[in-house]
Amino acid sequence: MANIDASSTVSLTPNGDGMAAILAAGIGCGALGMFAFLGDAFKGIGQFFNFYYPAGTLSGVTDTAIIVWLASWYVLAKRWGGRDVAAGRISFIAFMLLAVGLLLTFPPFMDLLQGK
Amino acid sequence: MEISLRDLLTVIHGTGFGALFMLAFSGAIGELHGAWSATPQETLDTRGQMMLRVYLVGMVALAWLTVLSGAYIIYPWYRAVPPAGVVDLTAFPRSLLLSSTHTSGWHNVGMEWKEHIAWFAPIAMTMVAYVYWKYGRGMNRHRVMRTTVLGFTAAAFIATGVAGAFGVFLNKFAPVRGGETIHLMKGE
Repeated sequence: MANIDASSTVSLTPNGDGMAAILAAGIGCGALGMFAFLGDAFKGIGQFFNFYYPAGTLSGVTDTAIIVWLASWYVLAKRWGGRDVAAGRISFIAFMLLAVGLLLTFPPFMDLLQGK
Repeated sequence: MEISLRDLLTVIHGTGFGALFMLAFSGAIGELHGAWSATPQETLDTRGQMMLRVYLVGMVALAWLTVLSGAYIIYPWYRAVPPAGVVDLTAFPRSLLLSSTHTSGWHNVGMEWKEHIAWFAPIAMTMVAYVYWKYGRGMNRHRVMRTTVLGFTAAAFIATGVAGAFGVFLNKFAPVRGGETIHLMKGE
């Protein structure tokens, strides 16, 4: 894969499609962390997420996060597709959502928020 | 030489899919960084770009196979509740771990973290594969997008590492065993 091609030029494709995918991934990760935390902190929400009994709450938490991720990707791609958007701001938000998701899935942090 | 069905499927989940996915990160991070750090005229040729696209799609498939097999095949065996009166908990890994304060942390921290953080990897890598498929070497012109994609790739790598490491430890302390016995080879 190390071959190089120095002869051809590259056209500048608008960044909207790529940034839509990036922000949607951030939203999906943030949603996963949020649902995991809510399912752990509130018994009723945990029971709601019990879509498939053998896998328990995990099934609903992950299925719902995937739906949120794909739906947000679809909506953002519709809005931003084929045009340029503010990449810096969107990238920052995506990283923040990723960080929130990672933190909310870390059990000691979940317990801290719940006062356990 | 024989193995139980649950042992075999756990190996396929952890080593067949998960470890292979983990190994693939070294190639993906190196190639993505290399492909995007050069000037637009000095990056991969068309064949190289197609190879990297196929490589990333393969990683995405492995990532989804890992989390789906983990959540819907292995995890239900892990969290099965023992019937009342059962004393031997070896067939019920979650209950076995929680039965002692010396091992309960492996479930309360290890499995609780692993079962969620693992899902960041397929979501992130699906995005990475899509963006590379869409832009290829054109990403050289989109510096912020390129940096963000590499950041998400690194996050996916860390998430996979956490999930994989705890998977190995959990399988040490409370392996998922049982089911039909599969005879692989006759002993001497």
